[in-house]
Amino acid sequence: MYSNETTQKVTWHKACHVDDIPEDGGGCALIDGRQIAIFNFSRRGEWFATDNQCPHRQQMAVSRGMIGSQDGEPKVACPFHKKTFSLQTGKCLNDENYEIGTFPVMVKENLVYIGI
Amino acid sequence: MNSIRNIRIVVAGNGMVGYKFCEKLLARKKTEQHFEVTVFGEEPREAYDRVHLSEFFAGKSADDLSLACRDWYAENNILLLLSDPVVDIDREQKCVRSHHGHVVYYDYLILATGSGAFVPSIPGVEKEGVFVYRTIEDLELIQSHAAKSKKGAVLGGGLLGLEAAKALLDLGLQEAHVVEFAPRLMPRQIDEAGSRTLQNQLESLGLQVHLAKSTQEITGGDCIEGMLFADGSLLEVDMLVISAGIRPRDELAKIAGLETHPRGGIVVNNHLQTSDPNIFAIGECALAHHMIYGLIAPGYEMAEVVVAKLTGGEKEFLPFDMSTKLKLIGTDVASFGDAFIEEPTCKTIRYENKAKGIYKRVNVSEDGKTLLGGILVGDASQYNMLLQTFKNKTILPPDPEDLILGSRGGEEAGAGVMSFPDDALICSCEAVTKGMLCHEIGEFGHHTVDALKKSCKAGTGCGGCVPLVKDIIAGVMNQKGVYLRNVVCEHFNYSRQELLDLVKMNGLKTYGAVLDEFGKGDGCEVCKPLVASLLASLWNENILQKDRAPIQDSNDRYLANIQKGGTYSVVPRIPGGEITPEKLIVIGEVAQKYGLYTKITGGQRIDMFGAHLGDLPNIWEELIDAGFESGHAYGKSLRTVKSCVGSTWCRFGVQDSVSFAIEVEDRYKGLRSPHKLKSAVSGCIRECAEAQSKDFGIIATEKGWNLYVCGNGGSKPQHAQLLATDVDKETCIRLIDRFLMFYIKTADPLTRTATWLNKMEGGINYLKAVVVEDSLGIAAELENDIQQLIDVYQCEWKEVVQNPELRKRFTHFVNTPEKDPTVEFDSMRGQKKAAEWV
Repeated sequence: MYSNETTQKVTWHKACHVDDIPEDGGGCALIDGRQIAIFNFSRRGEWFATDNQCPHRQQMAVSRGMIGSQDGEPKVACPFHKKTFSLQTGKCLNDENYEIGTFPVMVKENLVYIGI
Repeated sequence: MNSIRNIRIVVAGNGMVGYKFCEKLLARKKTEQHFEVTVFGEEPREAYDRVHLSEFFAGKSADDLSLACRDWYAENNILLLLSDPVVDIDREQKCVRSHHGHVVYYDYLILATGSGAFVPSIPGVEKEGVFVYRTIEDLELIQSHAAKSKKGAVLGGGLLGLEAAKALLDLGLQEAHVVEFAPRLMPRQIDEAGSRTLQNQLESLGLQVHLAKSTQEITGGDCIEGMLFADGSLLEVDMLVISAGIRPRDELAKIAGLETHPRGGIVVNNHLQTSDPNIFAIGECALAHHMIYGLIAPGYEMAEVVVAKLTGGEKEFLPFDMSTKLKLIGTDVASFGDAFIEEPTCKTIRYENKAKGIYKRVNVSEDGKTLLGGILVGDASQYNMLLQTFKNKTILPPDPEDLILGSRGGEEAGAGVMSFPDDALICSCEAVTKGMLCHEIGEFGHHTVDALKKSCKAGTGCGGCVPLVKDIIAGVMNQKGVYLRNVVCEHFNYSRQELLDLVKMNGLKTYGAVLDEFGKGDGCEVCKPLVASLLASLWNENILQKDRAPIQDSNDRYLANIQKGGTYSVVPRIPGGEITPEKLIVIGEVAQKYGLYTKITGGQRIDMFGAHLGDLPNIWEELIDAGFESGHAYGKSLRTVKSCVGSTWCRFGVQDSVSFAIEVEDRYKGLRSPHKLKSAVSGCIRECAEAQSKDFGIIATEKGWNLYVCGNGGSKPQHAQLLATDVDKETCIRLIDRFLMFYIKTADPLTRTATWLNKMEGGINYLKAVVVEDSLGIAAELENDIQQLIDVYQCEWKEVVQNPELRKRFTHFVNTPEKDPTVEFDSMRGQKKAAEWV
């Protein structure tokens, strides 16, 4: 299952078991030395992945943020200062100076894969 | 023919009060009652607004000032006969005869003959160029004479005299003088200091003021040329307006043999009945409670009382507040209550600013609790607030000077107009209360002063309440706005309070259920922690179980405070600040083992900083083994109950404050609320625990405990207010139970108790009524609800430590046990500190 379409060729990395990420919550996986925040947005039936680092104060905490939606757009709020980022585009929704990277997610046989 | 005869009413006088009587009668009459109303007026015009007469010179026409056009009388079947005063009353036959010979029979006669200008018997008053200031005709005469005059004077420095003086200035006279017999201006309203301030203001605007001048003679031939005073001095003027007071028009009553007062006025009882019970007198012709009420508001009230009587109601005219506020030639002047009461029967606070031309005086009761009266000159912006404070006997702030100076903390003294009770009279002319206005604004959408003037007549009398009406409009709109903003977020179209009730009634215990039932969409970082807090406040289940972990705010999510760099701090509970050496050693050992920075907090406990997420469960396991519990430093919940050492050691202590603090902290630990809660217990009046800066604070007395509530430290310090005095421990706890639960149920999200109280209508008195006197009848429910929360309390860290499912979430990575490699520390004074923000 692909949650994000992508034209770029990506390499799929096994990140974790689906149970490792709480429903409607997030967790952080270390993939090739890179911290990736993974979100199990079960209410929407979607998975998302972004950088774990918030570009505002360079804190590794996006995965600990609360997810939700704004006018239907899925988003995550950094727990430090509540900068919120679109889970689809990575754009900061309350401060246009910031943006985080997003990654495609694939769930196969209860395992979560991230495309980088 | 109809067997029920119409009730015939004759109104003698078509001034403001006579008109108001007709208006109120029409509004009040019941359908089965029929009145046949005849109105006689002496003036050629239908009733007009005499209060704003001087606006005639500022360009308003007679029509602008008219209260109702002639058609109005016709449409309402009122026969209006103008330029035709009543000249005789036959009380036997119950009929009146007018100047033009109309004879009209009455069942009830209403004398609303008003007053005339009092003209002292000074030689020369009959000369050309001498006027009174009473009717539009007077003003027309003044206007035409002023065109050929250079120097004008007003005899009389009272309220009307100064209005007339303004008129002379408006008419462009080169010199305008005010001559007053008394040693000060407006002697009935303001004191000497106020008069000095007013005089300075008036003189700076070109008016010349002569005080303590007794006029002996008006000099000149046919036409006035000057005024000769008792001290021998002469003032050359070519016109004079006499405004030396009013004289009730009681001559008709005298002819009819009704009782009048030797100094003028038709004597009436509390129902405004004259000595003939079928004849009433209202307005400035009536002498009620031994005085003539020369203001519009009591006149309207008199009309109301008589209308009530005639339509089967029962109302009495009570001594009426004579507070006034007006703008004289650009200068505010106001007086209210007992303006002149002197020490030692009161405490007087005076403020004088000569540079700005401001004088303020308030008279405060001896005990400092209530406002007795006051005077404002130059700046009367606080008048309405002060008047309401006076009328409602509102308890004054600890520093009553804040009333006139404003709080030096930057916020207005008192909580503003919205804190007035609903029955506070805002427009005394039309008897419109705050509650009625709120209703008009909120329910019928009358959002402007003009709309309110139409809908409930507020502000149509003297107009003095218009600023307050504006404040109420703003207040109600603000409340509506706040209400809209108070809707939780785009996912929940409810306020916190509404959502709390819904969740409780439906017994919902997970975020998902609440969102499914009452929300829409996917939720967000606003509604999730809010619902999390509600669920905790309602059921007190572990906040990380079911689907509740990911809806918790940053700190609650990991039961620790997230700090710079992404590590956490750990605060075990140390109830009352009391700790054994053994426990102190454990904290030291744990901090050493996990490399934590330690610091004593403001709440008498110890904070350990720099813990990795993955270390938290291990740290807590060790702390719990040593007998510690979560300190909830991360939660919107009870933090600490600080204490001084009290009577166990202190030579001043009168009660055991530490034991009580521990008891209180143990009782309310883990209680989640709209915002954090802090408390303290002091062992004596020295207040070393600073209980008065807490959400609830307790101070020992010789007889028991005093309970204070809604204090705050932080960015907006506020002293707590006394809720109960000398209560025993059990009562104190019961009151805190009620107070906390009432707060939890009614406060807006993230609102501390101090702000909650500030926004509460009725303030501390209302809170006292609810919590102490149980005015809402909810005390038992509040006590029961909080007892349930207390009964199910469990240390949430203990549950996490013992629950592998919960415990496994406390890792930085989901795919490796490594700690976050990006965490960095610097060192300082032998300990670590978080690396600076990049």
